[in-house]
Amino acid sequence: MLEITSIEKGIVIDHITAGYGIQVFNYLNLDTADYNVALICNAYSQKMGKKDIIKINNVIDINYDFLGLIDPNATVNIIEDGKTIKKVKLEVPDRVENIIRCKNPRCVTSVEHYFPHVFHLVDKEKRSYRCEYCDDIVIPYPVK
Amino acid sequence: MLKNRSLIDPSDFTREEFREIFDLGHQIIADPAKYSKSCEGKILATLFYEPSTRTRLSFETAMLRLGGQVIGFSEAASSSTAKGESIADTLRTVECYADIAAMRHPKEGAPRLASHYIHMPLINAGDGGHQHPTQTLTDILTIERLRGSVENKTYGFCGDLKFGRTVHSLVKFLSNYEGVRFIFISPEELRVPEYIREEVVRKKGIPFEEVDQMEPYMNQLDFLYMTRVQRERFFNEEDYIRLKDRFILDKEKMSYARPDTYILHPLPRVNEISTEVDDDPRAQYFQQAKNGMYVRMALILKLLGIY
Ligand SMILES: [Zn+2]
Repeated sequence: MLEITSIEKGIVIDHITAGYGIQVFNYLNLDTADYNVALICNAYSQKMGKKDIIKINNVIDINYDFLGLIDPNATVNIIEDGKTIKKVKLEVPDRVENIIRCKNPRCVTSVEHYFPHVFHLVDKEKRSYRCEYCDDIVIPYPVK
Repeated sequence: MLKNRSLIDPSDFTREEFREIFDLGHQIIADPAKYSKSCEGKILATLFYEPSTRTRLSFETAMLRLGGQVIGFSEAASSSTAKGESIADTLRTVECYADIAAMRHPKEGAPRLASHYIHMPLINAGDGGHQHPTQTLTDILTIERLRGSVENKTYGFCGDLKFGRTVHSLVKFLSNYEGVRFIFISPEELRVPEYIREEVVRKKGIPFEEVDQMEPYMNQLDFLYMTRVQRERFFNEEDYIRLKDRFILDKEKMSYARPDTYILHPLPRVNEISTEVDDDPRAQYFQQAKNGMYVRMALILKLLGIY
């Protein structure tokens, strides 16, 4: 297996459903990071078969709602002095603001632009969400 | 408490809260004079970003019959939106003048958005193909007046069941009650959307049939809810013409119906109910329009906290 040096102080996002690592990577703007970052795709996982991992050699702010939206099965490990000092369990958020946008062309969000885009969880298993305004249902990150 | 609340979507109110509105509606019908000064000194704003004369007149008459007054506009071109003002700013300004507002807008969710920026009660008077809750209130009040309650009845829906938002809304509402059964009568192309059939009707275990003929089912119905096929829903004029004439309720079809089968229609009609049916005592669509005014009176009184 590909060796990635372990990090001293930072964040490891593990058990990301294979294929969604790049989306997390992009959302966190890690492509422009000036610190050490690793995106590992299709790593072997006993539990999942394949998984993605992101290692960030820095302490950054993470929007856990967004991570939970993309992949609630991912785990976030906060590392200090080379050791995991905290594990964050993600949840599928009940409400998300300004993360997904409504695609319904008849929705008021397509013509007025000064308010937050809000979605409410409809089905936790399917991870489907309903637009606060027009009730259109979307599955932004389908379960794989 | 319904005071100071807004009605944007039927799910905003509980079954008990709707009960309060219908009960007051029946009381107003029994003695309208008693309520003729209830809203003295109050102003209703009717904010119609797209024309809908029928709905606007119903709201305005409701307020006038309660002794209140009315301001508003009836199309976006004559309003400040034409100058580029946002919905939020328009509503915040109107709130300085009025006590309650009814809003119609072509975009789905516009009344919900507006309600986040104001404190006065707001009533959704139709937002695109999305919701039109006061039409559903009208339908329910009419059903109750004619047959006592909405429970234990067979409802036929005929016409454009695919795009007909009044049908979707009424089906959802009725699905919360005991003993209801639906017969959906439409051409294949205009059947109820999957989310209504699967998520509402099937999920609640309500018996239903989807059929493409009227006559054999007429004698099973307590109510037949007719809708028009709307030209603007079609890209192609031929499809529109072919489908709009598919189901026309006439005297001959009425002869298959029971003496206590009532015909409802949200109006306006085009040709889906032949005018020869109008004199039949079972044709209740004009009375239904009148009930719409009464139920709006009840809603205004409740949201203003007067009753
Ligand atoms: Zn929307």
